[in-house]
Amino acid sequence: MDTAALEERFQARIDADERIEPKDWMPDGYRRALIRQMAQHAHSEIVGMLPEGNWITRAPTLKRKAILMAKVQDEGGHGAYLYGATETLGVTRAALIEELLAGSAKYSSIFNYPTPTWADIGAIGWLVDGAAIMNQIPLCRCSYGPYARAMVRICKEESFHQRQGYDIMLALARGTEAQRRMAQGALDRWWWPALMMFGPPDAESKHSAQSMRWKVKRFTNDELRERFIEFTVPQAEYLGLSIPQGTIDWNEFHEVLRGNGPCNRERLEARRRAHQNGGWVREAALAYAEKHRSGYREAVQ
Amino acid sequence: MTESRDWPLYEVFIRARGGLDHKHVGSLHAVDARMAIEHARDLYTRRQEGISIWVVRSEEIVASDPADADAFFEPARDKVYRHPTFYDIPDEVKTL
Ligand SMILES: [Fe+2]
Ligand SMILES: [Fe+2]
Repeated sequence: MDTAALEERFQARIDADERIEPKDWMPDGYRRALIRQMAQHAHSEIVGMLPEGNWITRAPTLKRKAILMAKVQDEGGHGAYLYGATETLGVTRAALIEELLAGSAKYSSIFNYPTPTWADIGAIGWLVDGAAIMNQIPLCRCSYGPYARAMVRICKEESFHQRQGYDIMLALARGTEAQRRMAQGALDRWWWPALMMFGPPDAESKHSAQSMRWKVKRFTNDELRERFIEFTVPQAEYLGLSIPQGTIDWNEFHEVLRGNGPCNRERLEARRRAHQNGGWVREAALAYAEKHRSGYREAVQ
Repeated sequence: MTESRDWPLYEVFIRARGGLDHKHVGSLHAVDARMAIEHARDLYTRRQEGISIWVVRSEEIVASDPADADAFFEPARDKVYRHPTFYDIPDEVKTL
């Protein structure tokens, strides 16, 4: 069969809502687009551990600390699921991580903002995980099987992230005047970056149309953004906090994407350092396993 | 940062509850089977999603070829008489 015929059959399968699996024929463009999107998604989960991770030692109570550790651990898990799903497309995780560390791969711009107060951890859970859920739920029906299945698993875990964030905001909003102000400050800081998580306006979104045709994407950036606002505004009202007035500064969005956000350098540096410092562990574990190959199987039997 | 040698890939199968089959849940990298099982516990059963884990090196899995699926599964297609609904049994006949 020639490529045109294969492509036609591929699109017919997509139109019939069939799932595409790793060994099925797929157009190069589809494969490349998925690798790009899924790797960016995986990187975002991993880099996303950093802004919250830096509050684990300073969480106000033991309960909050245990919860935050569980959440950050989940995000590491999400990264692992997604790297695994991306590898089914014929790339290696090692190569993807190299691209991230070299600064040539993108991740969500939201993680380049700082977390100066404990309320920022509440705002991240509520708004950032909330926006992520809005983006991710339609991906559970994405045409690529391994991506869709990873997203089902991830979405099951995300709900806890959003609720623990709102719970932090609730405690602060019901607290002292200083705590309420801290909560409002965090909402002010995270509101616009959270809205930017849905990506550029539809008119400027260069990958959207093809992505919709391939059923990788099912709603446009603006549709999802609107729905998020609709859900979130009453939640802010319940907290007695006010949503900032104004419009999205797309200039800021593009600057952060270009690497000029408040924490871009710091985040990548932290990842590089962690990767370098863990290098000897990865090497040693592999050397040990090679020396004792199949030892475990024999021990079990 | 130039290393591109990763730990081997394992596929993970989990039995969610007694009485159920092990089901494929995803993959992970580990240096050996013992580490794969421990990592699978940390990665795939953080909320008590399983009571038993199998792991197997991904490269050990042999799969049928999706490109040949039509021809490969064709022999079963015209054998509708293998299904109970193929047979018309009069209403008067019970418990059959
Ligand atoms: Fe996540
Ligand atoms: Fe999350």
